[in-house]
Amino acid sequence: MNGYMEKHGEIGKVAKTTDFVTLRIEDQLFGIPVLQVQDVLGDIKLTRIPLAPKEVAGSLNLRGRIVTAIDVRTRLGLPARELKASEPRMSVVVEYGSQLYSLIIDSVGEVLSLEDSKFERNPATLDKLWLEISKGIYQLEEELLVVIDVAQMLGSVHTDDKMSA
Amino acid sequence: MDELLGEFLTETNESLSQLDQDIVKLEKNPEDPELLGVIFRVMHTIKGTCGFLGLPRLEKVAHHGENILGKFRDGEMAVDEEAVSIVLESLDRIKDIVDALGQTGEEPVGEDSDIINKIEAFIDVRLHGGAPTVAAAEPEEEIVMVEEGETIPAAPLDSIEEEIDFTPIPADQTRAAVEALESEEAEKADTPVEETVEEAEEDEPAPVETKAQGKKTEDSDVKKEAPVVAQSIRVNVDLLENLMTVASELVLTRNQLIQLLRQQTDSDFAAPLQRLNHNVTELQEHVMKTRMQPIGNAWAKLPRIIRDLANELKKDIELVMEGEDTELDRQVLELIKDPLTHMVRNSADHGLEIPADRKKAGKVETGTIHLSAYHEGGHIIIEIADDGRGLAVDKIKKKAIENGVATAEELGNYSTQQINNLIFHPGLSTAEKVTSVSGRGVGMDVVKSNIEKIGGTIELFSQTGKGTKVQVKIPLTLAIVSALIVEASGERFAIPQISVLELVRSSQEGENRIEEIQGSPVLRLRNKLLPLVSLSKLLHLEGGKELYSSKKKNKRKENDLRSGIASLQKEEKRLMEAIEKEDNPKLKESNIKKLEEIALALSDSQEVLARLTEENSAEKHTIKEEDPPYIIVTQVGNYTFGIIVDQVYDTEEIVVKPVSPILRHISMFSGNTILGDGTVIMILDPNGIAQQTGEITVGDDTSASMGTENGKRRTRDDSTSLLVFKAGSGAPKAVPLSLVGRLEDFKVEEIEVSEENRMVIQYRGGLMPLVPFAQNYSFPESGRQAVLVFADEKRSMGLMVDEIIDIVDEQMKVETSGVTPGILGSAIISGKATNVIDVGYYLSQANNDWFDTKSEQAYTDGQKRGKRLLLVDDSPFFRNMLKPLLEVGGFEVITQQDPHEALGFLEQDYDFDIIVSDIEMPGMSGFDFASSVRTKEELNHVPIIALSSHATTQDMDRGKESGFDNYVAKFDREALLSAIEEALSHTKAGEAA
Repeated sequence: MNGYMEKHGEIGKVAKTTDFVTLRIEDQLFGIPVLQVQDVLGDIKLTRIPLAPKEVAGSLNLRGRIVTAIDVRTRLGLPARELKASEPRMSVVVEYGSQLYSLIIDSVGEVLSLEDSKFERNPATLDKLWLEISKGIYQLEEELLVVIDVAQMLGSVHTDDKMSA
Repeated sequence: MDELLGEFLTETNESLSQLDQDIVKLEKNPEDPELLGVIFRVMHTIKGTCGFLGLPRLEKVAHHGENILGKFRDGEMAVDEEAVSIVLESLDRIKDIVDALGQTGEEPVGEDSDIINKIEAFIDVRLHGGAPTVAAAEPEEEIVMVEEGETIPAAPLDSIEEEIDFTPIPADQTRAAVEALESEEAEKADTPVEETVEEAEEDEPAPVETKAQGKKTEDSDVKKEAPVVAQSIRVNVDLLENLMTVASELVLTRNQLIQLLRQQTDSDFAAPLQRLNHNVTELQEHVMKTRMQPIGNAWAKLPRIIRDLANELKKDIELVMEGEDTELDRQVLELIKDPLTHMVRNSADHGLEIPADRKKAGKVETGTIHLSAYHEGGHIIIEIADDGRGLAVDKIKKKAIENGVATAEELGNYSTQQINNLIFHPGLSTAEKVTSVSGRGVGMDVVKSNIEKIGGTIELFSQTGKGTKVQVKIPLTLAIVSALIVEASGERFAIPQISVLELVRSSQEGENRIEEIQGSPVLRLRNKLLPLVSLSKLLHLEGGKELYSSKKKNKRKENDLRSGIASLQKEEKRLMEAIEKEDNPKLKESNIKKLEEIALALSDSQEVLARLTEENSAEKHTIKEEDPPYIIVTQVGNYTFGIIVDQVYDTEEIVVKPVSPILRHISMFSGNTILGDGTVIMILDPNGIAQQTGEITVGDDTSASMGTENGKRRTRDDSTSLLVFKAGSGAPKAVPLSLVGRLEDFKVEEIEVSEENRMVIQYRGGLMPLVPFAQNYSFPESGRQAVLVFADEKRSMGLMVDEIIDIVDEQMKVETSGVTPGILGSAIISGKATNVIDVGYYLSQANNDWFDTKSEQAYTDGQKRGKRLLLVDDSPFFRNMLKPLLEVGGFEVITQQDPHEALGFLEQDYDFDIIVSDIEMPGMSGFDFASSVRTKEELNHVPIIALSSHATTQDMDRGKESGFDNYVAKFDREALLSAIEEALSHTKAGEAA
């Protein structure tokens, strides 16, 4: 395992890798460094927060801690998804500034170990909303993976459209 | 940093601040051996521990400080200011070193021979009158040398043994040793110290044993009255915080269990859960207590600060502290420490005058700063008062203009209180020169924002020449609060119980129905109008319950439709008749066509009506089943308002958790929490809601709040209900609601014009004159006319206005007298400049005989501002009319309707400058009232003016006999004002003579 070797650097000359939890919104693959992910939640019970920025979907109780839920689709300017009854609303919990946030996405995939050499900066033509939250791109064989910059994404929530309910 | 060192630092810092206080105390009571002993021991502990930890520099300084203290204690030297200053200087050096130690973990490089030599020289001069003989020596030597023959009282052996673990485990052991050392010394150990120190240096755990042995051999001469060491241990704050969190979670879990139990009436869990409930509550209380600290901790530094300030500023300052034991949450305490220090400093620096000035002002030379703290309903109130010169209003004004905070014009309209409040404005410091004391870049604005950050409020009262008082109100704790759970539009919210005054369940009809004024809901609550806000609307939630009035609108639509149908039917009938009579076939045909159209419209309308009626009645039906909304009567500051919610659940103890930073900008919420059932819920912030929805009236009548200091009890008059309306051009107008007899809405057609071109209307079996608000007022040709009806027993008149806006409850402070006839002056009402109308003016317009006087520019005289006037009159009409008039004249007017009651009132509150009384009153005549007043010693000098509708010479003579100073006809406003002025100038002259 690459991750193992990374931690124990003496073993072999393997390229440095980072582990990512993969997420999917629409058809796009996203990744969040696995060390930043605290939890993956299935169906969650949200409390609406009036007057909150529009990407704030609500708050939820995660083992006694209050977690603010962010709808990543809204953050990316995508339309809301029609949820089928059988489909649970998936989210990953990340910590930012000692606060917990749950990022609501369409689905959660496997954990990938990606070589750092495959990482590239954002293409300049990327949509502005996406540029804000994307740290860069990994080229996978079949598709591209957008690395979510958690700090950027959460740090910029309150700066725009403050009072939109 | 070394754990041991860390603990030493915390302790030393604590002891140092204690020492500061004690040494200042010692200066005042130099003979107090117990105090001396305490001080000596603290210094000694510091020295001893330094040697132990290998901090030679600190040790040396402490040692010399101790040296002087030893001389005090042994009576070799007298305690005086010079000596105390030297000790304080050495303490300061110790503090410096300790601070550096705290930052770097190492003793800073430096030389202390200056201070040491100073001490040595001082001792030498005092003892032998010679030059210093001994320069700074090696610490070890000194210890031996100086400690010889010195003893430290010891604690009983057994108590020490209890505390000490003899097993030598290095790290813990060392700590135990240090603790033991302190506790022992604190308990007056009678151990030679050089032994301890020497041993300590050889072997860390050893001193414990040594000391124990030492004590066995030497019996203690413990004083019986020795202060018992507090039964306390040092606990890491993080640990306490964790404990708090766990306890909070436990509370939540308990809430959850109780919720579950409620659904099962008969459960075996009921009894144990009851016990659990009880225990958790207790646990929570205790854990909360661990966070509580006496406010005295935040004050500990103040005596020293004041002492130094007094020396520096050459002032005599006495600091009186009261309620040091008042406890509050540690977190809160930390946050208010600096603001408090700042304010006390302000008082000493800017507030208090130098002794010479004080003497000139006829005050005692020593200025007093009074610091007090007490609990009041879940809040802690801290007051900082000084008897200094008060705020310099002129300087504030000047500064405000300079800094562009306000223009001179604006300031002219400000009340003194408003001007005083300007010091909370950023960048406004009135200190002209920046002393080392003030001008540190922290202004009152920072103080204010810091206090508001923790949900507190700050109010300032100042009286020129008498002093300044700052009152800070802060919540006891930020952690657990009792909250009411409410629901609006299907979402639940928590509202802190502390701001909830009462709950009202509204009803569709009758007493508690919600009414609307121009779309703003209000509730009549015990004859007062309560402004309401709908939580659903406030939070932009949809689907809140509809208010009563919107249903009314439907009803109105239905009625309109009905009358429309009726007129259509009439038209139909008319046409039918016309058709029958009509001979012209062409016209007949067109009429028939019209008739057909009407018939069609009629059937359409009827259909709509049928549907609407059905809907309306159906709605009525469903609404009856549904609960009408609830109103949460909430108080923020002195602003009371109601929040409309759909549903009210029970109260729950909630743990306030801060909201995520991305939600902090929403001022409606103060936090969030997890309820018993596990759902997250937002906590409403009544402060935020009040700010969003209306005004908060902060600030107060200064004289009333400073009243206690005048030694006389004063009672406060309540706010006045004002009717706000639109008439003429410009600002909204207002009139005291109590003056208004009725609000009418006449049809314009009903208004008649009499021969003298006066407008009248038939009203209640008589003719009522109507007066337009402005001369050039043109009333509409048709439609309706809003009229304010003023009436007393015999007469009535109507004032025609454009629109009635609102009824508000406010403390009416009429600011300036207008030159416009009919306007008394302007006042800030609901945050808007509003003209208060002079009812008298309009009354005289309507009935020439109502008053004889024309409207004159109202009386103003700066000198009269703040004079208190008691008005006794049984007629509410005149009371209400005279009150604003006299207030414009600069009086604080208290009204009484019954002379008996007035006499009773005067028993408690006799601080009046003048009394104005009616003559004909039921129960007791004005003459008798005046004679009774005259029998009271306190009121002997107060002028009394009689008001009467018939003023014959006979009456006047009788009035003078009874004790009236003057006799004025009731409707002569001008005469009344000049009589008051005259009477007041008499008393002034009398006093001067």
